[in-house]
Amino acid sequence: MKQEEIVKKLSGVFGPDVIQSTTEFRGEAAVTVAADRILEVCRFLKDDPDLSFAFLSFVGGVDWYPQVPRFEMVYQLYSVKHRHRFRVKARIDEKPGADPVIDSITEIWPTANWHERETAEMFGIVFRNHPDPRKLLLPDNWKVHPLRKDFPVIGTEEDTPDLPKRAGGS
Amino acid sequence: MAIERHLNDTVHVTNLEWFVNWSRKSSMWPLGFGLACCALEMIATFVSRYDLSRFGMEVARPSPRHADLMIVSGTASKKMLPAVLRIYEQMADPKWVIAMGACACSGGIYKNYAVVQGIDRYLPVDVYIPGCPPRPEALLDGILQLHAKVMKEQSIKNPRVPRIKAAGQ
Ligand code: SF4
Repeated sequence: MKQEEIVKKLSGVFGPDVIQSTTEFRGEAAVTVAADRILEVCRFLKDDPDLSFAFLSFVGGVDWYPQVPRFEMVYQLYSVKHRHRFRVKARIDEKPGADPVIDSITEIWPTANWHERETAEMFGIVFRNHPDPRKLLLPDNWKVHPLRKDFPVIGTEEDTPDLPKRAGGS
Repeated sequence: MAIERHLNDTVHVTNLEWFVNWSRKSSMWPLGFGLACCALEMIATFVSRYDLSRFGMEVARPSPRHADLMIVSGTASKKMLPAVLRIYEQMADPKWVIAMGACACSGGIYKNYAVVQGIDRYLPVDVYIPGCPPRPEALLDGILQLHAKVMKEQSIKNPRVPRIKAAGQ
């Protein structure tokens, strides 16, 4: 299926409150959907026989600091059956004093599990109903999110120590 | 060396320290562990083309308890560091450390939050080998430098005490 046809099909099922915008770049379309409806959209993309995006190739995050909404999730999809690709995005706002939150799509594509764990530790995005919300790559004692734009690239002695601090100092 | 001639050159007389050093350097077993891309050059050094066994070092030990030499071959990430130090602690004395490649020497191109800026912040490094990665010839040269260094050690009179340094010293 052509990219425009996929977009048209999606827009036919979901209204403009869900499909917030559509972009095209070098023949690849991407739709930005409302973050709180991501599960519905993903389930449709997977289950619809004309689309059948059975393969989730990648999940990643973007920090658009200082734009608002600040964070963005990007999902890259592939259909083995129809051999077409598609990209879905969702912008997540950071409420003051609270973590940015979006639903986990692990229940639709189990492969999202590790991708979401990495995105969670790197950007501090919380995935609701994630089955295994541990860190993936960073040391367990770190509390910071290194891929955020306001994070200093060399880290700090306090936040990213070489060795875990022993309990009780030194 | 009159006594040797007296016994028809069937014995060799030397001092104990030289002998200890010579036996240590002639069969220095490296630990078989690699951290990043440099490890591939280390592996190339071990196998037939460069043939580390010419220097009595072909037995790379998977167990730190059998190993004398730790070749820190590659990027030491902060998450890996506790494991590296633990392995070093498990090696029996006497033990030596080679920092192989820019990353192990100084952090290399990774001046960032995730990489230890030089393994010599924590381990007593004997030989630094620059390069990204160093070629097998460079590693061989570093090993021969280490052998020369071992031959100069006062292994009996003043044995060194290898230990992990406190952070940042
Ligand atoms: S020095 Fe270069 S080759 Fe060696 S581990 Fe670092 S980046 Fe890789």
